[in-house]
Amino acid sequence: MLRYLLKRLLIMVVTLWIIITLTFVLMVSIPGSPFNSEKSSNEIVQANLERHYNLDEPYYVQYLLYIKSIVTFDFGPSIKQPNQSVNDLLARGFPISFELGIVTIIVAVFSGIILGILAALKHNGFIDYLMMGIAVLGISIPNFILATLLIQQLAVKFSIFPVATWSSPAHMVLPVLALATGPMAIIARLTRSTMLEVLTQDYIKMAKAKGLSPWKITIKHALRNALMPVVTIMGTLLAGILTGTFVIEQIFAIPGMGKYFVESINQRDYPVIMGTTVFYSAFLIFMLFLVDIAYGILDPRIKVHKEGE
Amino acid sequence: MEKILEVKDLHVTFTTYGGTVKAVRGVNFYLNKGETLAIVGESGCGKSVTSNAIMRLIPDPPGKISNGTILFKGTDLTRVSEKEMRGIRGVDISMIFQDPMTALNPTLTIGTQLMEGLKQHHKVSGAEARKKALEMMDLVGIPNPDERLKQYPHQFSGGMRQRIVIAIALICEPELLIADEPTTALDVTIQAQILELFEKIQHATGVSIILITHDLGVVAKIADRIAVMYAGKIIEVGTKREIFYNPEHPYTKGLLNSVPRLDLQGEKLIPIDGTPPDLFSPPTGCPFTARCPFAMEVCDKVYPEVSALSDSHQVNCWLQDERAKQLLAEAVTK
Repeated sequence: MLRYLLKRLLIMVVTLWIIITLTFVLMVSIPGSPFNSEKSSNEIVQANLERHYNLDEPYYVQYLLYIKSIVTFDFGPSIKQPNQSVNDLLARGFPISFELGIVTIIVAVFSGIILGILAALKHNGFIDYLMMGIAVLGISIPNFILATLLIQQLAVKFSIFPVATWSSPAHMVLPVLALATGPMAIIARLTRSTMLEVLTQDYIKMAKAKGLSPWKITIKHALRNALMPVVTIMGTLLAGILTGTFVIEQIFAIPGMGKYFVESINQRDYPVIMGTTVFYSAFLIFMLFLVDIAYGILDPRIKVHKEGE
Repeated sequence: MEKILEVKDLHVTFTTYGGTVKAVRGVNFYLNKGETLAIVGESGCGKSVTSNAIMRLIPDPPGKISNGTILFKGTDLTRVSEKEMRGIRGVDISMIFQDPMTALNPTLTIGTQLMEGLKQHHKVSGAEARKKALEMMDLVGIPNPDERLKQYPHQFSGGMRQRIVIAIALICEPELLIADEPTTALDVTIQAQILELFEKIQHATGVSIILITHDLGVVAKIADRIAVMYAGKIIEVGTKREIFYNPEHPYTKGLLNSVPRLDLQGEKLIPIDGTPPDLFSPPTGCPFTARCPFAMEVCDKVYPEVSALSDSHQVNCWLQDERAKQLLAEAVTK
């Protein structure tokens, strides 16, 4: 197991390095520099500024400096807001984005699985059709459309929830709803179809023949087997939710990471681009790692192979 | 002898898009305490449906027990509620399935699957359940039971899994065991071991067994009585000796003729020509008429009454009618 973890860790580091390098290449190949928009600066000032941020160095030196800043986890100050460091921005924005993301994932996973189970147990019944109708809508409506619809109806027209910002649980409802509906619908459909398949398996019939209650059969025997594909797509869904938070944060004016992420790219704020990208990539890679670990817990057949086996 | 199970006029139908399939059409049989009854017949004749009906495991919809009674120790199982039935399944009646590779849940340990039936129906402590589980593992012949309880199904071979399935079925000490083709999915050598295990278990616990199979070799080894099913009906029933040495129904004869025999080397096997009837619209007369070499006009029109050849041997065939016998005798003298 330890050997496997170390191997995974190494792969994670390599993945991260590839992401860093690609980001760097993309970043320097975008035309323009952080100081293009500064009207007051003359050429000498601009040169001084570039020297200050090491932007006058050749690319490989800049690249090595970036690697160094990542390894030491010190991305330096933002170019556009020199009074705060990238770490400050992360410390301020990430907890909010994280909160939004985590609540969304929890809502999506639980409601998706429950809807899927209900639909499977009432296969071809009214509940099944209703659930799957909702699911198809959920998959086909993009989250930014849903977000604006929710604001218009529930916040503006009926004033049930606040329109925007992020300060109380009530503020969470609309953004989470907008962000969670898509993943929830995907999970619900997947859970339903795998549940239907699992429910026809012999071991379910065997569980019935033991005289177990339908509840026990569903939870203990069927669900665990039906969850495997759901775990598989969790990786993709996580990435989707992560990028989704950027859009949703913009719409609801939530002071999370999304704002810095998008603004930094528009303003060529190199340290912020690098910092946010690396941070988010590392986070996503770690989540995918957790998903892989979850496999082994759910299905005992998936075990780490010892060398030579 | 005490009858533990008596099935009377059992009808099971399945409603599909194509129409209603009459899978079981008026089946009658009984089972004495401690005996083994084999139900034999070709695929699709309704033998598995009959066994599932006794356990009330017919998926409804589309399936339905449309008529008949299943008397288990005086209780009509077709009339008890689903909740009462749950108290009977696994406790009084247990079932063994065909394929041990799929009958065990791959995500739960053998121990969990073995003990959960016991825990469901009896108030037992963890230690007591474990003790009983170890006993059962010992009974079905699994070495190192202590260690094996913690393992998962994929760590067992097919034969070992079938032993586990049998242990699960027996852990609550049922009075009736329904084995639905318990050896079909196994190698021949393992088959023999499992059949010996059945004999051993019956000897040790006195459990009554209904054995569903299409393998006459299995039947010859462990059955006391045999019921031959064809197109949703039992067409002949008798003791093992009566069925193997004095088969009366042309279908039973045909079935026995299509089994290879070691003592008749070089003889050709005689298969039964044709295919079974369509159970969407089964014939009103004897369903075997179209394939029967002795078919008469009446066979196609009226289903024959049961004729008793002895206390235990009954057959549904027009050839048993006095008039048919007379005709035959006349034909021979001519």
